[in-house]
Amino acid sequence: MADTQRPLSPHLQIYKRQVQMMTSIVHRATGVALAFGSLLVVAGLIHLAAGDESYSHFKGVVGSPIGMILMLGWTWALFYHLCNGIRHLLQDAGFGYEIPTFVRSSWMSVAGSIVLTVLAWGYVLTSGGAA
Amino acid sequence: MSAKDAVVKDRRNSLKVARGLGSSQSGVSHWLTQRVTAVGLVLLGLWFVVTVLSLLHADYATARATVAKPWNALLLITFVLTMFWHAVLGLQVVVEDYVHTRWKEVVLLVAIKFLAVLGALASVLAVLRIALTP
Repeated sequence: MADTQRPLSPHLQIYKRQVQMMTSIVHRATGVALAFGSLLVVAGLIHLAAGDESYSHFKGVVGSPIGMILMLGWTWALFYHLCNGIRHLLQDAGFGYEIPTFVRSSWMSVAGSIVLTVLAWGYVLTSGGAA
Repeated sequence: MSAKDAVVKDRRNSLKVARGLGSSQSGVSHWLTQRVTAVGLVLLGLWFVVTVLSLLHADYATARATVAKPWNALLLITFVLTMFWHAVLGLQVVVEDYVHTRWKEVVLLVAIKFLAVLGALASVLAVLRIALTP
């Protein structure tokens, strides 16, 4: 951060809450959450490589109540970051900058992430429970 | 562009541009790499989710045999490397935006890179162990 005193722009609480502001903040938040989740991928692979007993232990931890709640959170974070990430890529390509489109695509990211999470967990629960 | 044109466009001394507020020329590559890894992760991420769901009720031997398949091992390694690369770029922006104490910022940025390299290499090693040991 610069040491010089410069004029500051008004901070977040000045603005009315809008969906496109929330999608942007949540995109960062889910990104950070997923970065922590990447450690779970590493753990899974290490336990799979280490042997049967080790892998069962890993599955037990992930399949425990707390593990399942975390997995549900990470599933939604992944799908949200995926949907909104595609939205950002399209915006980077120059599409969807009109304000109504921008707002609508924000809601599409939210809806898409919920639909995909429901689909994935619907499969988890109907295929005979988790882990 | 000739040196003369450059002078007309920007009257600042080139050292002044390089120092402090000037462009360091690496921002574009950061931005672009973040997007390219993002596109890769759209495809690899979906593949990863489907693969994990398919292994939900698999026993140990099946899970191991699935990861050991050449294509799966290759895609898994690609996924893990792309994921950590993308995560480092994203976390870097978050840290640079919100951590305003210089030494904490630097420590965090370096720690994130170290952890990401460790995580990526540990994953690759694990996949190779699974794929190469009969």
